[in-house]
Amino acid sequence: MTAVLEVRDVSLRFGSVTAVDSVSFDVAEHELFAVIGPNGAGKTSIFNVLSGVYRPQQGSVSLAGESVLGLRPAQIAKRGLARTFQNIELFANLTVVDNLMLGRHQHVRYGPLAAIAWLGRARAEELRHRAVVEEIIDFLGLAAWRMLPVGMLPYGVQKRVELGRALAMEPRLLLLDEPVAGMNLEETEDMARFINDIRAELKIPMIMVEHDMGLVMDLADRVMVLDFGKPITTGVPADVQRNPDVVAAYLGGAVIEEATSEEVSS
Amino acid sequence: MSVSTHSGHRAPMSTGPARGPRRPRRLWGRPELFTDYRQDMAFLNTRPKQLGVLALVAAATLVPFMLEDDLLKLLGAGLVLAIGAIGLNLLTGYAGQVSLGHAFFVGVGAYTAAALAGDPDGRYLGFGVEFVPLWIFAAGAVAALCGVIVAPLATRLRGLYLAVVTLGLVVIGGYVFAEWRELSGGPQVGRPAPEPVVFGVELTGDGTYTEEQKLFWFFLVVLIVMAVAARNIARSKIGRAFAAIRDRDVAAGVMGVELSRYKLIAFTISSFYAGVCGSLLFVANGTFGPERFSLLLSVQFIAMVLIGGVATVSGAIMGAMLIAMLPRIAGELPHYLSFVSSSPTDHPNIFEVEVAFYGLLIIAFLLFEPRGLFGIWLRIRTYWKSFPFSY
Repeated sequence: MTAVLEVRDVSLRFGSVTAVDSVSFDVAEHELFAVIGPNGAGKTSIFNVLSGVYRPQQGSVSLAGESVLGLRPAQIAKRGLARTFQNIELFANLTVVDNLMLGRHQHVRYGPLAAIAWLGRARAEELRHRAVVEEIIDFLGLAAWRMLPVGMLPYGVQKRVELGRALAMEPRLLLLDEPVAGMNLEETEDMARFINDIRAELKIPMIMVEHDMGLVMDLADRVMVLDFGKPITTGVPADVQRNPDVVAAYLGGAVIEEATSEEVSS
Repeated sequence: MSVSTHSGHRAPMSTGPARGPRRPRRLWGRPELFTDYRQDMAFLNTRPKQLGVLALVAAATLVPFMLEDDLLKLLGAGLVLAIGAIGLNLLTGYAGQVSLGHAFFVGVGAYTAAALAGDPDGRYLGFGVEFVPLWIFAAGAVAALCGVIVAPLATRLRGLYLAVVTLGLVVIGGYVFAEWRELSGGPQVGRPAPEPVVFGVELTGDGTYTEEQKLFWFFLVVLIVMAVAARNIARSKIGRAFAAIRDRDVAAGVMGVELSRYKLIAFTISSFYAGVCGSLLFVANGTFGPERFSLLLSVQFIAMVLIGGVATVSGAIMGAMLIAMLPRIAGELPHYLSFVSSSPTDHPNIFEVEVAFYGLLIIAFLLFEPRGLFGIWLRIRTYWKSFPFSY
């Protein structure tokens, strides 16, 4: 199996604070790779490095065999990386359809002059991509809200719109930053089903940052645990749960002996 | 489900484009029921909108027969200002880049047109180009070029900082316009406006129709073309990218919107509109001193956008018409309020009242109807749509 993403020895520092400390990992095709760790472990910082929002001081990142380190976010997006955000970053004044159409931005091919003329190329492209967007709306069950500005929608729906916007990019790799944060049980299960559907039907490899251990342990193929920017361990969920260092990172060093895997996964 | 664009096996209506010339059915009484995406995305996507706009254009065409020439001149200037306001709205309303430099681009357009159309043997710089569409386009193009040069600033600055830098443009422009006497005629003097001839019809001077009537129709046509173009930009990929940059620029980048490219496009298009506005503003006013392209004009444009409705084309037009009518409204005041004087030497006089109006209107709209005149229109529309229920 070839790696979609190769991260080698990436370090990111803000002044004297080391947010990410020589992190390396691979993500294979069709894999769901989870990144967990206590608050401030550097999970979101890794996402920001991958999507080009932050530039790390050292290391290398290659997406589908091509180095993407140092590129601007838009250039990385063009190479097939899509992401969602922990604190929803939707375009609040635009409708659900327009937000998803923005996900298709790089696939919609016409320039300003064609836009002014509209008839012809611009309209044909808009129609074509609108059809794709409506399929994603179907897929995520967003039809009821499609013409509403997303700023008006409830939180759980906004999370789903954000997932849809990332899917609309037809990514080679999808980064999900806490997809079920703040959701109730039903919404969490809906989101889990969507993530499973994305794997089964669209076969997009994903990296997921999540604090809901039940979700991570159920869905992920492999898990990487971070603490203070350093990777503690990487492996299949069952092994990670039993790793004493992981238990220490979550519960503190003194309780290693008493800790059980149930406590970590609850 | 597949996210590929080739999945044509769904319900026939979702396949959208290029499925034969079949004209989709519209259901009476269900104006917002669309049976295909083409209908939904149409320029005027409901029957009431189509009829309403048709009626509005017809009414505007007939206005010159109904009004006095002095009022018509004001309205004509309003149509021209509306072009500039649309331009600023694309930049500030849609793309979220606050600019106080709009007057500079209007000035560049005005003097480009005046110089191109000017008499080659006259006192001022002139090239004697008579083809009107050419000098209007050139005015837009030169202003747009200035916009291209300024745009890189916007990729490094935002919000208040960008506003202050663009304010600098007005100051620089004011100096250049005032000192380049061969071009502008110098402060307080000005140079005469170009006299447009369209398809052999002289627009200046009275004939079968008066000058004001002819100019009004001419401005109306240009405004309609520019407004339709602006709507097309706004509903296209370009307009969506503008809105994305305005709402969340980090997320826009992650979605693949190249920020610097789209800020450049926004500045270019906006300056083009300003340039076209400038070229016609000169014609509408007859003569212009360089002091006209000052910060006050920029503020007037911002007032038009805020009062009319941010990020709407029709709002920009409404705002521009209202601002254009302000001097007239202020001028009528002495008839009703005895303490307002029409003489500039007394206080308070109509000129002071007019300036105060800008501030009052902006404050009032921001407080009570931030969506501007367009928002008021939306309320009226919602009221009638849900009539007789008030909720």
